[in-house]
Amino acid sequence: MVTGILLQIVQTLIAILLAPLLMGWVNQCRAWLQGRTAPPLTQPYRTLRKLFHKDAVIAGNASPLFRFAPYVIFSCMVLAAGLVPTIANDLPFSPAADVIALVGILALARVFLALAAMDIGTSFGTLGARREMLVSFLAEPALLMVFFTASLISQSTELPHIVETLAQKEFAIYPSLAFAAVAFWMISVAENARIPVDNPTTHLELTMIHEAMVLEYSARHLALIEWAVALKLFTYSVLGIALFLPWGIAPRGDVAALPLALAAMVAKLAAGGAALSFMETISAKVRLFRAPEFLGTAFLLAVLGMLTHFLLEV
Amino acid sequence: MALNYHLQIVNLLAALLLLISFAMLSQRRVAGLVTLFAWQGAALALSTAIVAWSTGQHHLYYSAALTLGLKVIAMPWYFYRLIRKLNVNRVVEPMINIPTTMLIGIVLVIFAFNLALPISQMSGTVMRSTLGIALACVLLALLMMITRTKAIPQVIGFLAMENGLFFAATSATYGMPLVVELGVALDVLVGVFVLGIFIFQIRETFDSLDLKHMEKLKEK
Amino acid sequence: MEIYWLLGIPLSGGIFMALWGFRRNAPEINALFSLLTLAVAALLTARIVEEGPMTVGNGWFFIDSFNVFLVTLTAFVAFTTALFSRPYMRIEEEHGRLSTARLRLYHSSYQIFIGMMILALTTNNMGILWVSMEGATLATVLLVSLYRTPASLEAAWKYFILCGVGIALALFGTILLYFAAEKVLGSGGTALLWTQLNGVKTQLEPTVLQLAFVFLLVGYGTKVGLVPLHSWLPDAHAEGPTPVSAVLSGLLLNVALYAVMRSKVLVDGALGNDMAGNLMMGFGLLSVVVAAFLINRQTDVKRMFAYSSIEHMGLVTFAFGMGGTVASFAGLLHMTMHSLTKSAIFFTVGHATQKAGTQLMSDIRGLIKTNPTIGWGLMLGTIAILGVPPFGVFASEFLIITTAMHEHPWATPFLLIALGVAFASIFGKVQPMVFGETGLPRLPHMPALTPVFVHLGLVLMLGLFIPPYLAAWYRQAAQLLGG
Repeated sequence: MVTGILLQIVQTLIAILLAPLLMGWVNQCRAWLQGRTAPPLTQPYRTLRKLFHKDAVIAGNASPLFRFAPYVIFSCMVLAAGLVPTIANDLPFSPAADVIALVGILALARVFLALAAMDIGTSFGTLGARREMLVSFLAEPALLMVFFTASLISQSTELPHIVETLAQKEFAIYPSLAFAAVAFWMISVAENARIPVDNPTTHLELTMIHEAMVLEYSARHLALIEWAVALKLFTYSVLGIALFLPWGIAPRGDVAALPLALAAMVAKLAAGGAALSFMETISAKVRLFRAPEFLGTAFLLAVLGMLTHFLLEV
Repeated sequence: MALNYHLQIVNLLAALLLLISFAMLSQRRVAGLVTLFAWQGAALALSTAIVAWSTGQHHLYYSAALTLGLKVIAMPWYFYRLIRKLNVNRVVEPMINIPTTMLIGIVLVIFAFNLALPISQMSGTVMRSTLGIALACVLLALLMMITRTKAIPQVIGFLAMENGLFFAATSATYGMPLVVELGVALDVLVGVFVLGIFIFQIRETFDSLDLKHMEKLKEK
Repeated sequence: MEIYWLLGIPLSGGIFMALWGFRRNAPEINALFSLLTLAVAALLTARIVEEGPMTVGNGWFFIDSFNVFLVTLTAFVAFTTALFSRPYMRIEEEHGRLSTARLRLYHSSYQIFIGMMILALTTNNMGILWVSMEGATLATVLLVSLYRTPASLEAAWKYFILCGVGIALALFGTILLYFAAEKVLGSGGTALLWTQLNGVKTQLEPTVLQLAFVFLLVGYGTKVGLVPLHSWLPDAHAEGPTPVSAVLSGLLLNVALYAVMRSKVLVDGALGNDMAGNLMMGFGLLSVVVAAFLINRQTDVKRMFAYSSIEHMGLVTFAFGMGGTVASFAGLLHMTMHSLTKSAIFFTVGHATQKAGTQLMSDIRGLIKTNPTIGWGLMLGTIAILGVPPFGVFASEFLIITTAMHEHPWATPFLLIALGVAFASIFGKVQPMVFGETGLPRLPHMPALTPVFVHLGLVLMLGLFIPPYLAAWYRQAAQLLGG
């Protein structure tokens, strides 16, 4: 039990600490692929440190909501990261929430971000919040469908069970998971504000979604939000790994498997980050009004995955 | 789920066929459509070959070879040439917008799965559950033919439909008797040849391959 | 043995024409090939009448009274059409509408088309039946677009795509049939042989056959021209050359219906209920009614008669759907009458439009003055197809309607109203074409319309008196279908 709690704390800390590194890795890969000089791998940490040292400037008409939203968002992300099996499976904290609750926690963070964006009353904030809502209202059902497909296979909505079924039982090919994986990839791209739905590096008013919402934040608030964004990418990545490539995650109570699990996780994340930056480099950002089509396709794939499950795997 | 691995691969390929069918529905470029068609043929040939190997039905090897030769190599090559020659590779919006088409597609898939369910339960083949996917591919190809107004996409829809039928035959009964399969392949080949002539004729006469110009013969 | 000749002659004719079809006497050779086919068909018929049904060539071919009757009809109409097309296509060539190369294509495709239809009729294998039906479609696609006008290309494209989709659905039906058969007969080539299937039809899985029949009916029904899958038919008939319209209407539709009937016999045996018959009755009745009302709106003479073909095929489908010996007898008789009469009408219409230079009915007037032979031919043909006694169409329609009154009284008013509407529309439009006022002078030369009067003479004869051996033959076939 004590080991479990210790492991849980370690895993959550790893998530919090490694998240900016993953962000840095993606940025570095992308810079390489685009032929630019890459910023150092630790650039996100430096940015965070810089931001924490600054004095916060807050708009005069901001309500308390605006002040504590970053803390809510950050804690939501930490909570989500703690729930997903990253290196060890079936930790004591996992039964607290299943995949559906996980989607709810992510939604909570998003709602606070959107509320805070509208709180100031600038046009950009409202615009960003509206766009964010458009994207998420399409992405969320698709994400649920992906989870349902995985749950149908393992007969449970608990993440530890799903991971156990897929990683630690006899190997089988699930065609439905292939659909779900493609759908999950598309959803993650949209939810993490990456190309082709959003571009994390521009502040172009015609296209920006996420950046429009956080324009008014500064200093420690902005740092928390940036950190939360990195955590979100990390959470989605490990979630994808847990659902579709769970091999290597240490089973319950198997402490000896932990070093290997950690190494596997780092390798998978590195590969995933490289793949993400590659996909971002070869694709162009779509018009905002094509985003529903992109997410509609993701939803469709997820539904197809579920249908194929009923047809082929029952 | 105690299937052998090669059958699991066949199932995966079946899912891939369905995925490609949807990709075809959403593809706006003619050349992209041809590429997808070639991939569909490849998945079909591979799955047929695996079934042949795992069940010892040797005539399926011929079918797989036929598919590979005709639908992966010969026809796509011919279509690419046609597209280059006629210079028709532009972005084409289908008649119904793509998300709607996709939604109709999902409904069709559910319909096909339900229709095939009682039959596949009766079937004695190891890959019986893929019959629903085959039927879904047929219906999706039909949908594609309905929503496209250009000549070449319609033909590709027709051929994709034939792919689905072929897959249905393999999954329900390990393929039709060889004579019939050869006959069907011959018909398809002649059909594509005739269509090639035809597309040139249409181009010559209408100076376009858009069948929207063909609205003379409507019921008044 | 005749069967090989029967298939070999038209197919070698197709190859011959492809190689030497540019020669001046190609039309005569075309007719000669058709005559040979007819002669062999007659020999085969004599043998079947004498010896009863038989399978030939290791069970690959199966001939009974039902299909040998259609083979004869096909060979006969193919021959008379070849006779008609000889002068007709020459004139088209002189008018500059067709080149020698196109005529070569025409003759070659014509023979292959006939060969494919005979293969479809005589094969015992349901898969080969599908293959040859598709072959017949492909052979005629380029014939429909022979003039290369925008309208004819559009018609041919529609024909190809619609029939292609239809026939693909029929292939799915065939796959399902094989799937059901394989359980009983084991896999391999024999499981699609009709004679084998017929022997075990009560053991076939009903749910599968039910679904299979729906696909087969929709698939082959597209080729029969059943409403709502008919939209290719008027276009293809109106835009193709007239001999092609004649064989499409007089023969291809029959062959497609034959495919449906072969499946129906199996499905009836497996299901033991009227599902197949009811479906056919529904489609048939819908075709009769819709086509009858659409006839009234036509301005193009070939289109109008194409709709009339849909109406009559609907009637035949309805008759076969009712089942029973009498209705099947009437259906077979009506099939014959329609083939003979409709091809005769297309011959005269072909000459009339050729002379007038248009297919618009409002521009064709006073045929009786400009050319009495064409005028009388068209008038008599129209009267015959409309079911005026003493022509044979009257006899078959009368039989169908009295049977319907007896067994399905609810359908009778629809049939009667539809036939009445068709009568009024067609007669009202043909009458001024034949007897209307015209300023054109009388044409000097006689058109070659012997086939028209031969066909109409036969129809008249069958209306007055069916020779006993012919009646016996029909009855045999009807029993086979009606059970």
